[in-house]
Amino acid sequence: MKPAPFDYLRVGSLDEALAALAEHGSEARIIAGGQSLLPMLNMRLAKPALLIDIMGVAGLGEVRREGAMIVVPAGVRQAALLQRPGLASEQPLLAAALPWLGHYQTRARGTVCGSAAHADPSAEIPLCLVALDGEVRLRSRRKRRVLKAADFFSGMMVTDKADDELIEAVAFPAARPGTGYAFNEVARRHGDFAIVGCAAMVEAGQIHLAVAGVADKSERRSWPRLDGSALDDALNAFAWELDAREDLHASARLRRDLVRTLGRSTIEEAGRCLA
Amino acid sequence: MKAETISWTGQSVERVEDAALLTGRGRFIDDLGTRPGTLHAAILRSPHAHADILSIETKAAAALPGVVAIVTGRDLAKLTTPMVAGLKIAAENWPMAVERVRYVGEPVAIAVAESRYLAEDALDAIEITYKPLKAVVDPIASMGEGAPVLHEKAGANLVSDRRFRYGEPAAAFAAAAHTISVSIAYPRNTGSPMETFGVLADYDPHEDVYDILANFQGPFSIHTVLARALKVPGNRLRLRMPPDSGGSFGVKQGVAPYAVLIGVAARIAGRPVKWIEDRLEHLGAAVAATNRVTTLKAAISAQGRISALDWDQIEDCGAYPRAPEPATLYRMHGNMTGAYDIRHVAMRNRVVLTNKAPTGLVRGFGGPQVYFALERLMQRIAVELQLDPLDVIRRNLIPADAFPYRTATGALYDSGDYQAAIEQAVAGHLAELEQRRDAARAAGRHYGIGFAAAVEPSVSNMGYITTVLTAEERRKAGPKNGAQATATVSIDPVGSVSVHVASTPQGQGHRTVLAQVVADIFGLPHREIRVVADLDTGKDAWSIASGNYSSRFAAAVAGAAHLAATRLRDKLALIAADQLKAKAGQIGFAGGAIFAKGHPDKTIPFGRIAALCHWSPALLPEGVDQTIRETAFWAPPQLTAPSEGDEINSSLCHGFIFDMAGVEVDPANGKARIDRYVTMHDCGRVLHPGMVEGQIRGGFAQALGATFYEELAYAEDGAFLTGTFADYLLPTATETPDIEILHIETPSPFTPLGTKGVGEGNCMSTPVCLANAVADALGVSDINLPLTPARLAALAAEPEPARPATSRAAAPAARAGDRSLRGEGEARVAAAPEAIWTMLLDVDTLASIIPGCHGVQKLSETHFKADVTLGVGPVKGRYKAEIKLSDLDEPRAATLTGSVSGALGTGGGFGRVTLTPDGAGGTVIGYAYEAAVGGKVAAIGGRLLDGAAKAIIGQFFAALARKASPGRPGLLARLFGRRV
Repeated sequence: MKPAPFDYLRVGSLDEALAALAEHGSEARIIAGGQSLLPMLNMRLAKPALLIDIMGVAGLGEVRREGAMIVVPAGVRQAALLQRPGLASEQPLLAAALPWLGHYQTRARGTVCGSAAHADPSAEIPLCLVALDGEVRLRSRRKRRVLKAADFFSGMMVTDKADDELIEAVAFPAARPGTGYAFNEVARRHGDFAIVGCAAMVEAGQIHLAVAGVADKSERRSWPRLDGSALDDALNAFAWELDAREDLHASARLRRDLVRTLGRSTIEEAGRCLA
Repeated sequence: MKAETISWTGQSVERVEDAALLTGRGRFIDDLGTRPGTLHAAILRSPHAHADILSIETKAAAALPGVVAIVTGRDLAKLTTPMVAGLKIAAENWPMAVERVRYVGEPVAIAVAESRYLAEDALDAIEITYKPLKAVVDPIASMGEGAPVLHEKAGANLVSDRRFRYGEPAAAFAAAAHTISVSIAYPRNTGSPMETFGVLADYDPHEDVYDILANFQGPFSIHTVLARALKVPGNRLRLRMPPDSGGSFGVKQGVAPYAVLIGVAARIAGRPVKWIEDRLEHLGAAVAATNRVTTLKAAISAQGRISALDWDQIEDCGAYPRAPEPATLYRMHGNMTGAYDIRHVAMRNRVVLTNKAPTGLVRGFGGPQVYFALERLMQRIAVELQLDPLDVIRRNLIPADAFPYRTATGALYDSGDYQAAIEQAVAGHLAELEQRRDAARAAGRHYGIGFAAAVEPSVSNMGYITTVLTAEERRKAGPKNGAQATATVSIDPVGSVSVHVASTPQGQGHRTVLAQVVADIFGLPHREIRVVADLDTGKDAWSIASGNYSSRFAAAVAGAAHLAATRLRDKLALIAADQLKAKAGQIGFAGGAIFAKGHPDKTIPFGRIAALCHWSPALLPEGVDQTIRETAFWAPPQLTAPSEGDEINSSLCHGFIFDMAGVEVDPANGKARIDRYVTMHDCGRVLHPGMVEGQIRGGFAQALGATFYEELAYAEDGAFLTGTFADYLLPTATETPDIEILHIETPSPFTPLGTKGVGEGNCMSTPVCLANAVADALGVSDINLPLTPARLAALAAEPEPARPATSRAAAPAARAGDRSLRGEGEARVAAAPEAIWTMLLDVDTLASIIPGCHGVQKLSETHFKADVTLGVGPVKGRYKAEIKLSDLDEPRAATLTGSVSGALGTGGGFGRVTLTPDGAGGTVIGYAYEAAVGGKVAAIGGRLLDGAAKAIIGQFFAALARKASPGRPGLLARLFGRRV
């Protein structure tokens, strides 16, 4: 479990990182917290020729507000976002979801944008981005572009990011008045990859539910304020549409069941927050 | 004299080991310095479960900078012989594949280089051509007609089939009011020590001596196996153990084959070689407990009294019957009737080989498999006869006045009072459990109570394994029996006391307990006793029974230390009597002094008497030879060889455990919550209550893993699926509930200190206790481990809400255990079927649409070879691919069969592609595939494989669509894959 040889470049600015990306393309990888990339390097699942470490870039580690958006730059560790003062009122979904993300130790190293870039289908950060209809801010040497989360994540560990781009920041919409949020997850042990993760957002006239761990990426559906058997039917249809995966940890059936039951209880919890 | 000598023993004194461990100063094998010039080894392992090795090309790897040697199975075979096995069969037990691989993860070549990094680089450059063979992983299937035979020389996969009869089981069954049975498929799991295997080997060509440092844990009978394999006499294999070892749970017995491999690598390289196993290697190929298929029947009276048992056990030892296997199957032989007085037993024991990693010692060693069947049966008897489950246990217990009790199968249970233990446990706890159950059930929740009673054997009889041989075979081989323990106590010229043992501790705290035991004998503070537990077979006292297994420390090793110290003390008493002008019988040892009882003036510091032999040997009184060093060898006479009738006293001591659990199952998420857990133990005399509690809590945690989380899983084709801790789940502190521990003490009459083993009991009792509680909660009869959320939810499941009519057609359910990847999908392409057909058969087009293709070679019109880089996201690997087209129905359909192999593993599958005109000049390409992935990628990426296969196949058709209609990306339209 030792990585194949690679060059390591610790950059002092994003421009430097982008120049290196432009030059090396798919042979280069950005490393931030390294919580997903390092195991892949050690197991030689990934053999990039160049690692570009952006953690020395000034200003990347501060979360900031831009109007209604909570902007999280590429250097922000998951623990730092979780510890942001007032996060529970600023965006309750993040405050509820982040404690489920791995373990204390991995959150202390792993970054928010790194989790988005990795695009694991069970991951909490992509789930929150999709649930909140957040955005991913990409930058290459040529240009900047901003994608809606649903357009950024395209499949299992696959995103719309080009080889010469990096994620400069992700942005989560802050809580809106009159909106309730809730998060729940079932994993085999606390901190494991979610079997199913549910993030719900309930507004006066609408329900939004995003689900991780079932399809190849987090998926969101929106409905009017259904309840009773109409909500059950909607969740049942969603559960089947997601084409649940079967693996060592859970059957497709259990995943569908959890979309139905955990999805419903999460929506109800978000609705109670609203009330 | 007793009152003043018993002081430290029995107290939970602070462990002498802890300060170093807690401050990161333990001396584990990877922390120890190496000689300058030491090289590092990395091991290339088989991605196939079963394959012939056609060629191994090592030139490119050997030429890499820093690489000193590449060692293959053929090189190994020139310098060694196959390892001796317990079973006398013609299978060759090589520690590295020679000609054929038989399990995923089997060593195939070793790279030796200046660093581990360079050695792993070299592995990537070794090219091996395999011819895959059909694999078998299921023990029942391995005995079937047409199953692939792993070792052709052995003739069949069924390598041992023995039937035993004790008493008159047939008559008992004929006379019984009821016959009730259970069938169990016990899964594979392991002990997962925090520290993996490590070996540092050197070879001295002048003296033909192998000097091997390894975190081996015994049994040292393996020393003889290693010496024979290395083709040296025992005195030319110096095996050394580091001072600290990071856990073992039996598993580190499995480092033995690597001692051979790294020893040979050092010999070939001409320099010392170090190898530290990584976690992927460990989970895939270190040591697994056996998976076992058991059918157990009981003959029962109307009142629930069992008169006979009929065991049918099929033991799966994996690909090689590696010593000491099939010991897992025979360790429990004497106590197959558990805590019950059952005089008639029939038994059939079969051992089979399958394409899985070899098995060996894992904490519990045979106990979990046996008690899962026996105690499930006890619950089924209660359910089927509508009796109270606790009453069924009570009615069958061995009477308290029957000890020492000889079981039907030959064990001599040393002591016990099972009734008292159970009644004490029940008295304070059962009513509350029942109350909680009733309240939960009244609220509509699923709550159950489980019980388990288990006899915990310890201090194995080295001879029990020979029960696998017939009486005649045993006569030929000569008797094997016993459980020798050794300890040395020595005194230096200032009178300080040292103890040395060959118990190779793995973190348990042996040194603390030995200090307590010896301190009490000499009347010294325990902190003044220095205990050394690292072992060197070239210098120290040891026997084949030495080591850290079968919970033998407290009963055997501490007892031997007690004997050695007592012998020295008695001699010191003679010296003191001489010096103090007192009678030897008057001499006492306490508070660092030696004194004559009743004479306060006659006191002398311990050191003065203890050091006398060094300074003034001429003053030693008559009858005292020396007091510098005393080595005791202790061998209990009760451990005799198997009788002509196959009765075997398989262990010296027999502790008792009675467990009770209240468990609630949530059918919505398939999670079980342990509400209460009570575990009652009788392990004889307790030497250190804190450590006993630690053993019980640790055993419980491992049992919790076995019950809910852990399985070394294999796909039907032999692909190994749980190579990381993301897929092989261990319970952490968060998942492990508090438990209530109770004790009664019935001292063993057979051990010097009255102690019995206690380290493994909960691994035997807890899985079945929890399973019984779950069965009670859900009202189900068939339960197999691990009780994963999917399994628990399925046990409790009601019919699933139907797929809405607007949704796509229902998918066929996968067979249980079928882990192949299946999918289907369609792609719409703006070109006619004929054009697509031509593209699919064209080399240049294929080269441009196969994902990551570096070139296609056309071997025939329908047979292609390609060099590809495949991957998803950052996970990428280079593979050689072979694609064949068949069942051609031009231009409507074709079958594609493909295989890939590379450093990350192998893959194979087939897909049917259909081309249907869409009525608008385009084509709908439909595809359905079935694929299987093996090797490293399957072992570490299980959770993501399905999606990855889908993504890669999706990439292929997306590229095809682009190629077919360039410049019309808008029409590329829908491309989706879906799982069936």
